[in-house]
Amino acid sequence: MINSSLKKLGDMLQAKKISSVELTQTFMARISQYNPSINAYISLDDAKTLAQAKAADVQIAAGNITPLTGIPIAQKDIFCAKGWRTTCGSKMLENFIAPYDAHIITQFDAVGAVNLGKTNMDEFAMGSSNETSYFGGVKNPWGFDRVPGGSSGGSAAAVAARLCAAATGTDTGGSIRQPASLCGLTGLKPTYGVVSRFGMIAFASSLDQAGPMAKSAEDCALMMNVMAGFDERDSTSLNRAKEDYSKELNKPYLNKPLAGLKVGLPKEFFSEGLDARVAKVIETAIAEYTKLGAEIVEISLPNTGLSIPVYYVLAPAEASSNLSRYDGVRYGHRAAEYTDLMDMYNKSRAEGFGAEVKRRILIGTYVLSAGYYDAYYLKAQQIRRLIAQDFTEAFKKCDVIMGPAAPSTAFKAGEKVDDPVAMYLQDIYTISTNLAGLPGMSVPAGFAQSDDGKALPVGLQIIGNYFDEARMLNVAHQYQQVTDWHVQTPDLSLLEGKA
Amino acid sequence: MALSIEDIKKVSHLARIEVSDSDAAATLTKLTGILGLIEQMQAVDTTGIVPMSHSQDLSQRLRDDVVTKTNLRDEFQKNAPALGNGSTEQAVAGGLYLVPKVIE
Repeated sequence: MINSSLKKLGDMLQAKKISSVELTQTFMARISQYNPSINAYISLDDAKTLAQAKAADVQIAAGNITPLTGIPIAQKDIFCAKGWRTTCGSKMLENFIAPYDAHIITQFDAVGAVNLGKTNMDEFAMGSSNETSYFGGVKNPWGFDRVPGGSSGGSAAAVAARLCAAATGTDTGGSIRQPASLCGLTGLKPTYGVVSRFGMIAFASSLDQAGPMAKSAEDCALMMNVMAGFDERDSTSLNRAKEDYSKELNKPYLNKPLAGLKVGLPKEFFSEGLDARVAKVIETAIAEYTKLGAEIVEISLPNTGLSIPVYYVLAPAEASSNLSRYDGVRYGHRAAEYTDLMDMYNKSRAEGFGAEVKRRILIGTYVLSAGYYDAYYLKAQQIRRLIAQDFTEAFKKCDVIMGPAAPSTAFKAGEKVDDPVAMYLQDIYTISTNLAGLPGMSVPAGFAQSDDGKALPVGLQIIGNYFDEARMLNVAHQYQQVTDWHVQTPDLSLLEGKA
Repeated sequence: MALSIEDIKKVSHLARIEVSDSDAAATLTKLTGILGLIEQMQAVDTTGIVPMSHSQDLSQRLRDDVVTKTNLRDEFQKNAPALGNGSTEQAVAGGLYLVPKVIE
C-alpha cells in the first residue's frame, strides 16, 4: 500500500477497501519508526493529522470524493499552515505558529487531503543538501551517509522512504528537481506564476515556485490539479483557465507513444563538470526515448554557465530585501540581551540566521549597495534576458529539452558544507529554467555506482516551454510505462537507530 | 573588485547583522569566493540589452480598492517574541509591540 500510486489509493478509498484514518496511520507508524534517524520531518501533529483523516472519511462516506481526498501529503515547512509551527528550517522561526494558510494548503484542505506534517529543508530554502537546516540534516534513504539534496530535502526523503504518499516542494534554483534526482523520485517545478506563492515564505520572489514531489508523473499530475490555479492574493499569479494536468497522460497514439516528439539535447549540459557515470545513465534514457518515437535534436544554450553567477546576484539581492522583515520586533527570534534598537536588530538577526543565510543576505546587500547596482544587479538582469532568449531560440527547434538534473549523484554529508561555491555548482543544470521562468522536471532514469559501490539514483531533467506541464507529464509518463526506475525503493532495514 | 574587512563591516551594518571581529575574516574569505564566481558576468557585453526583472513581462494587476483582509492582530501578536533583557514576557502591550526607546 505504501508503494501504491495516488490513483490506486484513491480507488481503494472510494471502494472503502481502506479508510483515510487507516492509510494515515500506516504512514504515521512509518514516520515513528524511521523519522528519528532520517529526520525528514521538522514538525508532526498527530491530533491535527488524524482529525483531517477522520473528516476525510466522513466526506468519502457522503460520496463526496475527489482524487486526493483522504490522501496523506507531506508539506514542505516553507508553507504556512494555520496552527502549525512553520519554521522554514530556521532558528529565526523556531517558535512561529502560522496564523493563516498558504494558498496551496487551502487548496489541499478544500479537497480533503491530509497534512501529515512539515518537512525539513535548507534554511529559508538556501542550500542544495539540506545541511543548512537549523533542525539538522536529512539522510538520503538510498545511502544513509549521503545528503538528500536541497532545499526540499525533507520532502524528497519522505517520498523516497515512503513516509508520505506524496509531498510538496519549492524550487528557486533547483530545490525540487535536484533532491528529486538525488532521491529517485519525480518532481515538477511549474512555469513561474502557475502556483500561488501566497503564504509560501519568500526567498527570491521572481524565481520561487512551488510544485509536487511524488512517485510518478501520474501522481505529480494529480498534485498539480490541486496546487495550480489563479490566486489574486499573489500579484504574480497568472490568471489562466483551470487546467487538467492529467489530460495528456494517456493521449491516444497511432504507432509509437511519442512519435514526432522533438527532444533537444543542449551540448552545454553534457560537457565538463558532469559525472561520467551520470552521463551514461542519461544517454541510456535518451536512447529509450528514441525507441518511444522521439527525434533527437542537438541544441545549444550558450549562456548556461552564466546562470550561476547571475543567480548568485539576483537571488541574494531579492533575499536581502525579503528577509529584512525578520527584525525581532513582531515575530521570530529576538536576542535575549541588547542595548538599544540597533543592537536588538543586529543581534537578533546574527543569532536567528544561520551562516549560509547570512552570507546570502550580505552578498545581496553588497550588490544592491550604492555604487555597485549597475555592475551587479543590472548586469545580472541583462544576462538573465540572454539566458531566457537561449531557451526561446532552442524551443524553435524542439518540443522539450532533456539532460541531467544534477551533475552528480548524492554526495556525502559534510563534503561540501565548507565550500559554498562547490555547493552552488550542484544547480548548474536547473537554475537557468528558474531564471527564464520555464517548467522543469526530474524523472528517475536509473542508478550510478558511487566510488564506494552504492547504487544511487540519477534524475533525467525534462524542460518544457511555458505552460507545457501537461505535455511534459505525458513525456515522463510514457517513459514510466516502459521503465521501472520510478518504482524502485530503497532498503531501510540497515538504518541505524530505527525504533 | 577585492573586498576588505571594512566592506564586511559596512555591509553587515547595512544588513543589520552583527559580524564579530573574529568572524569577519572568515566571512571575508567566503564572500570573496562568491564574488569571484559572480565576476564571470563582467566578461559579457550587455550593451543595449533590456534588463529582465521577471520571467513574464506583465504589468502589475490592479484590483478594486476594497478591504480584503480581516483584522488578525490578536492572532498575529501571539507570535511576538519575548521582550528580552531579563524579561520572558511577550513584547506586546495594548495591541502594540514593545521595542527599546527610539526617540530621546
